[in-house]
Amino acid sequence: MKLLASRLRRIPIGGLFGGAIVLFWIAMVLLGARVAPHDAGEIVDMDVFLPASAQFPFGTDYLGRDMLSRVLHGARYTVGIALAAALIASGSGLILGMVAAVRRGWLDAVLSRALDTLISIPSKMFALIVVAAFGSSIPVLVLMAGTIYTPGAYRIARSLAVGVGAQDFVRVAEARGEGTGFIVREEILPNIIGPVLADFGLRFVFIVLLLAGMSFLGLGIQPPNADWGSLVRENMAGLYEGAPAVLMPALAIASLTIGMNLAIDALGGRDALGGRRRSGEAG
Amino acid sequence: MLKLVASRLALGILSLLLVSAAVFAITSLLPGDAAEELLGQYATRETVEALRASLGLDQPAPLRYLHWLGGLLTGDFGRSLANNVPVAQLIGARLPNSLMLAGATAVVSVPLALAIGITAAMWRGSLYDRAVSVLTLSIVSVPEFLVATASVLVFAVHLRWLSALSAASDITSLAQFFRLFALPVATLCCVIVAQMIRLSRAAIIDQLRAPYVEMAVLKGVGPLRVVLRHALPNAIGPIANAIALSLSYLIGGVIIVETIFNYPGIAKLMVDGVSTRDLPLVQACAMIFCAGYLLLVTVADLCAILSNPRLRHP
Amino acid sequence: MAAALEVQGLEVVARNAEGVETPIVRDASFALAPGEVLALIGESGSGKTTIALALLGYARPGCRIAQGSIRLGETEVLALSARALRDLRGRRVSYVAQSAAAAFNPARSIMWQVTEMALLHGIASRQEAEAMAVALFRALALPEPERVGDRYPHQVSGGQLQRLMAAMALIAEPELVVLDEPTTALDVTTQIEVLRAFKAVLRARGASAVYVSHDLAVVAQIADRIVVLRDGVIRETGPTGQILSAPAHPYTKSLVAAAAPVPRGAAAPPEAPPLLVVEGLVAGYGRGGRDGMPAVPVLREVDFAIRRGSSLGVIGESGSGKSTLARVIAGLLPMARGSITLDGQPLPAAIGQRTPDQLRRIQLVFQSADTALNPRRSVARILGRPIEFFHGAKGAERDRRVRRLLDLVQLPAAAADRLPGELSGGQKQRVNLARALAAEPDLILCDEVTSALDTVVGAAILDLMDGLRRELGLSTMFISHDLHTVRSVCDEVMVLYAGQRVEAGSRRAIQAAPWHPYTGLLIASVPELRPGWLEERGTVSAPPDRAGPACCTFFPRCPLRQPGQCDVVPPPVQHLAKGSAILCHRSEAELLAGAEPATAEPLV
Repeated sequence: MKLLASRLRRIPIGGLFGGAIVLFWIAMVLLGARVAPHDAGEIVDMDVFLPASAQFPFGTDYLGRDMLSRVLHGARYTVGIALAAALIASGSGLILGMVAAVRRGWLDAVLSRALDTLISIPSKMFALIVVAAFGSSIPVLVLMAGTIYTPGAYRIARSLAVGVGAQDFVRVAEARGEGTGFIVREEILPNIIGPVLADFGLRFVFIVLLLAGMSFLGLGIQPPNADWGSLVRENMAGLYEGAPAVLMPALAIASLTIGMNLAIDALGGRDALGGRRRSGEAG
Repeated sequence: MLKLVASRLALGILSLLLVSAAVFAITSLLPGDAAEELLGQYATRETVEALRASLGLDQPAPLRYLHWLGGLLTGDFGRSLANNVPVAQLIGARLPNSLMLAGATAVVSVPLALAIGITAAMWRGSLYDRAVSVLTLSIVSVPEFLVATASVLVFAVHLRWLSALSAASDITSLAQFFRLFALPVATLCCVIVAQMIRLSRAAIIDQLRAPYVEMAVLKGVGPLRVVLRHALPNAIGPIANAIALSLSYLIGGVIIVETIFNYPGIAKLMVDGVSTRDLPLVQACAMIFCAGYLLLVTVADLCAILSNPRLRHP
Repeated sequence: MAAALEVQGLEVVARNAEGVETPIVRDASFALAPGEVLALIGESGSGKTTIALALLGYARPGCRIAQGSIRLGETEVLALSARALRDLRGRRVSYVAQSAAAAFNPARSIMWQVTEMALLHGIASRQEAEAMAVALFRALALPEPERVGDRYPHQVSGGQLQRLMAAMALIAEPELVVLDEPTTALDVTTQIEVLRAFKAVLRARGASAVYVSHDLAVVAQIADRIVVLRDGVIRETGPTGQILSAPAHPYTKSLVAAAAPVPRGAAAPPEAPPLLVVEGLVAGYGRGGRDGMPAVPVLREVDFAIRRGSSLGVIGESGSGKSTLARVIAGLLPMARGSITLDGQPLPAAIGQRTPDQLRRIQLVFQSADTALNPRRSVARILGRPIEFFHGAKGAERDRRVRRLLDLVQLPAAAADRLPGELSGGQKQRVNLARALAAEPDLILCDEVTSALDTVVGAAILDLMDGLRRELGLSTMFISHDLHTVRSVCDEVMVLYAGQRVEAGSRRAIQAAPWHPYTGLLIASVPELRPGWLEERGTVSAPPDRAGPACCTFFPRCPLRQPGQCDVVPPPVQHLAKGSAILCHRSEAELLAGAEPATAEPLV
């Protein structure tokens, strides 16, 4: 406990702040619907695009619904879906990457070639193709985002694991006759987990941005459900009046992604990833 | 080295082939098909079958893929399902607009980003560098549509400098051209310049950590010369990669910008195609974007190969 | 005469992760007369490089020159502005880095880099500068002085690059040259030639020099005076002869003692049965042709045996295939041809085909404990795993065995809970050794286990290994580039050159002439701990001859080569009267006549 406290003290204030924002939004995935003052669909006022007030801190939207409640309800979609997709991407990328790095040979060649093909399709393009073919239900969105960002996670995990795998302590384990499972679990994983977590955070940010963009185009979460991207889209008419209804969901996205970036930077994650982030995260 | 260049080109072509297979596979995986989609759920079995045969959908998937690929290579992109016009005709009308937008953005953003990225790396740790870092990190952390809407708000609504809506069709004078173009280009630049600054700054700083840079400092070489004459020649490969990668953000940006500004480009065409699930149109647009992206990446890799002293002077 | 350089009360501090500054060099004071060569000697972490860089008014990122004075002639270096410092660097003080391969810019031609300083400081025109550079290349005995400047760093060998870097440092005719371990990264045979070139050119130009090194024997050849550093503090200063013959400070005494070889290990009884027999071993990388030869062969037709309880030393320079040999025996790199027999039973080539017992009986100890120990696992876990894996011991029994192992390698029991990063270099190497012992092996393969360590620490590890070997009845294969080390711990010695065994024999046989020409070169290249050795020793290595592929791999560098025979007919195995076998065409008498004068000090 004392150790934890002293470690926390060493993290720059920006990192703590960023981490707190991210944790808050993750909590809202579970609690958002419960703590919201109104129901997401409830029309609370006949005036649309109301400015911020004590009663409606985020104003009202184009139908006169409470924006604060809609943003809190939206966390479930924006944060929840991105979290699930990032877990799929980083999890499968990590496992495949480590196994490819340790086993080498044809398995590595086939996996790398296949995933390189996926990486040659810009992420937005991939998303548009998938939505055109399968529609935009939530499972499709989760799987789609998970698939798009798996190759990048694979590349990073593989490259990190190859670096660790080149070290002599892995040779020692091999010479002892240890199996792939032991080497991956005991020798490689503990040495790459830091950068992999940082990469998970960045991947989460990319997915939030991608899905928000899709929703903004009307190709993501479909009404009556709404994530923050769709909230910006449906309230675009309020842009010219500078209504909080269009600004607040946008700010919510920015707070989440910038918060995550601050947290990663503070933990030294970006440095640990070093030059490994090359291609594959294209728009 | 020629061998390396040739093999990189061959890899580019192979990637394009694999990508086309992937695009085709995804768009053909759905249990239903275009015929059912077109005719709706009340169509009889016979009419669906007839349409399916006329669209060639009764053939096995690999055959259809080859047929489609052959079409792509000969410029026959199929017919749009939504408005029954050849896809090539739709794209042909829109592609120049998008290329103009992308070209103008690249011309503005690449020199700007390199200048800022290199100077930030040179004075790393300074107030200037930290300001650049915070600003670019903020821009790449927010969605493109946010940057776009913010710039509409500032330039068109508050300052009333420029028109928010552009249409390339009714340009009559050069001044008008700039007015219409400025906002979309400025918005796109915001999105990709930030990315490009971050990547090129990182590429230079990576080189500045190398022992040969310390050696140059100990030889009495000044900071400007260290960056331009010592580090830069070694950073050409990484910077070319950074530019290619950032320009590929253009793809994401173009989609949003064309939609917001209602710009008649190919990205807008594709987004409309996705909404109406016009698969032939989506396939063709996707292949154009993917080919463009692969071209950029391949050119960047070739730059890296050609600038590598070990390969240049074997 | 006024001092060329005077350092007074220099203190350099380093900032750690928490932002706390701690001094890494404290109150360093020394002076240097014009034309004098001063050596800064110390082990890793002694602050010698930090002082060397401070002489150019430079501190690495994270470090800061906190106080003191550095006077170069009339100039106070630490008071100079950034611009004035740039003018000083290169022109009045120049620097030669440890690794020329890293310090040369890969994207620029050598001439561009060598002349840059002269052009930058406006000393000469491009033509003049290039003429000066060529003159320096010639003075430094570089091959093809007219053309070497047109090459790029990757096209030139390490020894040549190091000399080119000296040319770069001397082009502006500085008053002071700072050389930071300039020969440490080189092979011993190359080191001597580079050292000789440095010394000649420094003398000829009358430049003062500060020579940083950890190697007393090297320093003895070039320095007039020696400054001994430890933990950032100067311990002793004096003329070279005095420091070597009558060291005053206890630390200097231990350094001098560790640099002199100590014979260890009683020879195993010659009648002991062979434990490991290797015959016709061929190994390398890449898939080969039909004859089973790999595309890039690293080891060619190597034969040897290790007797039970004995120790075989394998010596060779970088690229000789000595580390590959250990990997092949351990099964990490399956051999392409040949056979390995362990205790009379054939050993399969790949790890996957060996039985757990076979794997247990041969253990490999790697050179660098930094990379050989998983940084995220405690010592207890690192040592516990082989005990579990090979002996099935769990829980308290395993912990008991871990404690016993720690005791065996003379580490405190408390070390069990530490992570490798919390241990010193010597302690880590002990853990590394203990892990091999945990398997209770018959044979331990030691790959350069002391070369990453400081001399004194390395000597302690050698003592420990020697004791363990006798106590536990182990056989060892001891791989090293250092002749001293091998001769002091091994019963038998095998010399590898370009993947071939060029000479093999007992320690005693390797001691005396005649040798295989390569062995002779190797022995003659190990500097002795006395001034003047470099001058006495003539040039032995023939200038490299790059003509065509040779039959004898050593042909291009051999001082006794016979064109027409050695490059046409593969050399036969020849048994010498002294008891060793060599791979050479020359007769014993010819070898004896052509051999170097035997080393002055007896080694055993």
